[in-house]
Amino acid sequence: MSEIQMPRLSDTMEEGVISTWVKNVGDKVTSGDVLVEIETDKAVMEYEAYEDGYLVKQTVSEGETVPIGAVIGVIADSPDAVPEDSGAGDADEPEPDKEEQAEKAEEITEAAEGSEAERTSAAPEPAEDGPRPRTSPLARRLAREYGLDITKIKGSGPKGRIVRADIEAARERGTEETEHAVEAKEEAKPSAERAVSAPAFDDGRDSEELQVSNVRKVIARRLTESKQTVPHFYLRRTIDAEALRAFRSQINGQLESTGVKVSFNDLIVKASATALKLHPAVNTSWVDGRLLRHHRINVGVAVAVESGLVVPVLHDTDKATLSEISTRTRDLAGKARDGKLKPQEMSGGTFSVSNLGMFGVDSFSAVINPPEAAILAVGAMRQEPVVVDGEVVVRNRIALELSVDHRAVDGAVGAAFLKDLAEILEEPMRIIL
Amino acid sequence: MSVITYRQALRDTLRAEMVRDENVFVMGEEIGLFEGSYKITEGLLKEFGPRRVRDTPIAEEGFVGAAVGAAMLGLRPVVEIMTINFSLIAIDQIINHAAKIYGMFGGQTSVPMVIRTPGGGGQQLGATHSQNIELFYSFVPGLKVLAPSTPAEASAMLRAAIRDDDPVLLLENLGLYNSKGEVPDDYAEPSNDDVATIGRAKVTREGSDITLIGYSRMAMVATQVAEQLAEEDIDVEVVDLRSLRPLDRQTFVDSVKKTGAAVICEDDWLTYGIGAEIAASIQEGAFDYLDAPVRRVAMAEVPMPYAKPLETAALPSIESISTVIKETLSAVGKRVG
Repeated sequence: MSEIQMPRLSDTMEEGVISTWVKNVGDKVTSGDVLVEIETDKAVMEYEAYEDGYLVKQTVSEGETVPIGAVIGVIADSPDAVPEDSGAGDADEPEPDKEEQAEKAEEITEAAEGSEAERTSAAPEPAEDGPRPRTSPLARRLAREYGLDITKIKGSGPKGRIVRADIEAARERGTEETEHAVEAKEEAKPSAERAVSAPAFDDGRDSEELQVSNVRKVIARRLTESKQTVPHFYLRRTIDAEALRAFRSQINGQLESTGVKVSFNDLIVKASATALKLHPAVNTSWVDGRLLRHHRINVGVAVAVESGLVVPVLHDTDKATLSEISTRTRDLAGKARDGKLKPQEMSGGTFSVSNLGMFGVDSFSAVINPPEAAILAVGAMRQEPVVVDGEVVVRNRIALELSVDHRAVDGAVGAAFLKDLAEILEEPMRIIL
Repeated sequence: MSVITYRQALRDTLRAEMVRDENVFVMGEEIGLFEGSYKITEGLLKEFGPRRVRDTPIAEEGFVGAAVGAAMLGLRPVVEIMTINFSLIAIDQIINHAAKIYGMFGGQTSVPMVIRTPGGGGQQLGATHSQNIELFYSFVPGLKVLAPSTPAEASAMLRAAIRDDDPVLLLENLGLYNSKGEVPDDYAEPSNDDVATIGRAKVTREGSDITLIGYSRMAMVATQVAEQLAEEDIDVEVVDLRSLRPLDRQTFVDSVKKTGAAVICEDDWLTYGIGAEIAASIQEGAFDYLDAPVRRVAMAEVPMPYAKPLETAALPSIESISTVIKETLSAVGKRVG
């Protein structure tokens, strides 16, 4: 049983309002599910569960305000668990740890006639971050070898210890589900490749396990969810960037005294916002069987940082001037690199732009950042021979690829958006009109 | 192959070695005229005479010390200590002399002696005559400690002990002397060179569910447990340690890697016992293969009672070992009958 506390969702937050309970008492909760929407001093934000179980209590009802750290609800292993009453804000963590430690010690000495002193010395170090599932060493090794998440497996041994049989059963279930896919893949592979493709996690000689940051976990979860649940389709178009180059030089010439320098990406971000204004059908989200049309145009810009990928959001991109976009993007990217982005600076996006042109990538297919309906992948500017008025000439061109959520946007709608976006970029004065 | 007792295997092998090598002689209490308390030296006085079959006073420290000296000068004494309990009187000679001389004096002389001595409870001999204290000797570098569990092993290990150039304690067991088993037809021939390799354990029964480890009498009991559990479809692998020093960790670690679980049965006391060493070695060698905690079944932590029902209750039994095996298997989700 664990208590959910009012989280600190922004630097300046001191208290929060329970806006909506998304999960009701008795509901099954899976780690990552949105539990509750919390209104902070800045925005209403979704708050997710960090563990599996059942929501057995809502301590704070909708509309109520409580300080950070106050208990707002309780998650338990069983829907029938009766939570003890605890005052809001209570912090009594050491209890479960102690209990667990004693149990572990007991288990270790249960075969012997351990004295009190032995029991103390035999007790393992308490787990540092939260209770670790009881597992046998063999079960842990097999889970590693099979690539199974041991925290998702239910143990059948004494005190719920996960043993080999549980791992084998979990693997069996997993195998059944993916059997066909795997078979098809295996057949396609040459046999030599198959022989070396087995993961070698055994002793750290060939591979080692790295610490996984929260950012990486979020990337893994959200992009898996995106690729597995969002039916992507892709539209490609190459634009002539000659006019865009000239336009950029002209603008930067004018901005020289201000120190602001507009990048091609800034132009593309702003052009995307302009195009979205013309095509509100693309500025939408498909969420749980509902189609939402967003009134604000908030373009996210994918930024690679050391810990992974983050997408700071330029809110109201359509209303910002080019120099504002340039300044804000630089500011957000800097914060992203320092890990100082606030949650609200990464949420609320309605469209994203991902640019790998600086790495010389010609073009690529980006993964949609849910719940957005589309993402624009921008390649490098290249000099290419093209035919203009019957003559072969060399022009600077940029390949664009739009990934679209087919649940929210159909092909023709996406194509019309991309057509306008391309034409805006080829007649860049339209970007600012 | 013929079937003989453990006692006869020892007796005939000892005789054969005396025939083979005139430097081999035996020494101990009541081993000559009386032919040994457990009849291992039966007929030897008549055949080899009092020069090579020497009755000693009841003075373990004296005759073990004499054997150390004889061994240093090139003879191959085989000393019988009537039970391992009496070795306590000679423990200084064994640990501070026999075990140390080769190393302390720069290898100038080895000490090729054998101490034959039975351990084992269950004979209603009381607390001072029923101990299993082979651990004391297994603890000491410089000694070798062998623990045969069958007539064939007793024969091959006694031969190995006599021919080895270091002091060897051959642990016999009162409960095994009358047990029978197959031996090679030439086991009693002086020309037999079937010498056991010292320091090798053996998988005596293959199985897939769990590893059961024992030595001496408990290795035999372990086999009985395995046979009985086989009727309940529990497939027990039995490892006979055979040599307590040097200890063959590889064999039982490999077995546990295969089965994922282990139970150790031992006639000695649990705390600090041989099983503790085995369990520690298993977690060092097979940690990532363990599906359940290693369990030990040992004697009750009491001086051995004299009363038969209490003595029986104090010792590990087929039932108590079977129970622990089933507990371990149910803990790893294996169906148990």
